[in-house]
Amino acid sequence: MNVINDATHLAPERLQVAADFPILARPVHKRRLAYLDNGATTQKPDAVIEAERRFYRESNANIHRGVHWLSQQATDLYEAARSTVQRFINAAHADNIVFTRGTTEAINLVAQSWGRTQLRVGDEILITTMEHHSNIVPWQMLCEQTGAVLKVAPVTDAGELDCDAFEALLGDRTRLVAISHVSNALGTVNPVAHLTRKAQAVGALVLIDGAQAVAHQKVDVQALGCDFYAFSGHKLYAPTGIGVLYGRGELLSAMPPWQGGGDMIRTVSFEGTTYADAPQRFEAGTPNIAGSIALAAAIDYVTGVGIERIAAHEHALLAHATAALSDIDGLRLIGTATHKAGIVSFIIDGIHPHDLGTILDTEGVAIRAGHHCAMPLMTRFGIPGTARASLAMYNDETDIAALVAAIHKAQDLFGPPRSH
Amino acid sequence: MSDIHDNLRELYQEVIFDHNRKPRNFHPMPDADHHAEGHNPLCGDQLTVYLRIEEGVIAEASFVGHGCAISTASASLMTEAIKGKPVDEVEALFRDFHAMLTNASPEQIEATRDFGKLAVFAGVREFPARVKCATLAWHTLHNAIVGARDPARTE
Repeated sequence: MNVINDATHLAPERLQVAADFPILARPVHKRRLAYLDNGATTQKPDAVIEAERRFYRESNANIHRGVHWLSQQATDLYEAARSTVQRFINAAHADNIVFTRGTTEAINLVAQSWGRTQLRVGDEILITTMEHHSNIVPWQMLCEQTGAVLKVAPVTDAGELDCDAFEALLGDRTRLVAISHVSNALGTVNPVAHLTRKAQAVGALVLIDGAQAVAHQKVDVQALGCDFYAFSGHKLYAPTGIGVLYGRGELLSAMPPWQGGGDMIRTVSFEGTTYADAPQRFEAGTPNIAGSIALAAAIDYVTGVGIERIAAHEHALLAHATAALSDIDGLRLIGTATHKAGIVSFIIDGIHPHDLGTILDTEGVAIRAGHHCAMPLMTRFGIPGTARASLAMYNDETDIAALVAAIHKAQDLFGPPRSH
Repeated sequence: MSDIHDNLRELYQEVIFDHNRKPRNFHPMPDADHHAEGHNPLCGDQLTVYLRIEEGVIAEASFVGHGCAISTASASLMTEAIKGKPVDEVEALFRDFHAMLTNASPEQIEATRDFGKLAVFAGVREFPARVKCATLAWHTLHNAIVGARDPARTE
């Protein structure tokens, strides 16, 4: 068994935040809910739910349009949310922040705006085997459209990026590197600052998929040096349907719009239309105003608890969970990288992940079972899928104890593994 | 209201475990005259159903693939249930089986149809997320019978 973390002996610090999340008090199948599917989406604190409610009760209007008072208030709140995001990830300017529906839309925006105008036949995009489908398929589509070529850097048996192979794949033709900050299926934390420097040394741009990172560790886009950074609000305690693309200013300014409509124009005539500056240029139509305001509330909440405290708590709990699961006969961890965030993926002899998911659910334990939208990675490990427990700030040892007990129950129910 | 923990025991009965551990008719069929692939993209479950149909009767049925206990046991029990049956009857059985799993009031179907060992899958009704596991083999069987070229999907 690899040593995952040297903090195994430390009891996880209790953040005492569970009471802020009303859904956690709801029993599931008459059991206490152990919500361990935070990699899919996190639960929402009262502060976020209330921010969205308050917007609709007190400030709802469309933005950037009306001269009336409510419209101005809604616009101010929307743009204040942009500044909150800017500060949270330490972007140089609020104009570096484009609101999107989520990580997926942010990546597609870069592919279709930057990629379609910049890539030529034979140009290369470098990704890794551990990417989520949302950081694979937009590039495959772009390659079909432009004749560019998708290159894939392999991962090791421990689920770490093979950095030597990654560097060997970088070259004159590499135009873009798109890589996850934290693997959603394995929890591996990639050395993205290092990889960014290597990629930029050959003249490539770097997009980081931060969907699994921003809620779990401090992210500073200027320190990372990346060109683009994408994340979703709903994995950061905010509602679904709101996300962020960070882009360096000169890149966003040079990129063409990708969707046309209201709010993204300067002037429209039938002779020709001129476009607004970034970020409005990329926000065609009425955006998710309430979502952006609730995202800002989520960021304020996370900042209030302290992202460093959250990271330390989850890190200690991950070590605890890893040790507890490793004690279970017939359980194999998938993803044993040295640097991991709060995700434990595993398989159990003789029990398919979906059967395990159903049985755990009856015990009030919510996990994800399946390929985690990372089918090439599952193929790499020769498995159809895994069971995945993913942590958030409100989880504690009680949740891990419930997980372990439910796994034992599943093993009792299934009996010894089949022989063939 | 039924208790979920009773429901779980209803779902995972011994016959399911038995057919999951030792799936019957679990092999490719070189002389099959009908076959089809089934795929559940959300789960990753994948199987191929092979048939030999003689004069409108299922003479031989087998399958290969991988999936959860419910989908493996369902494919295994299906191959046993359909052997020797006329194709029309098998298609009618699929309709009734599907209804047993998904209808709001399946009692009518259960009153008129003896499902035999397949009755074990009635427990799936309480787990809507797992209906696709129990029906993947049957959708694939249907495609094999009608000669559909695209893989069967339960999504």
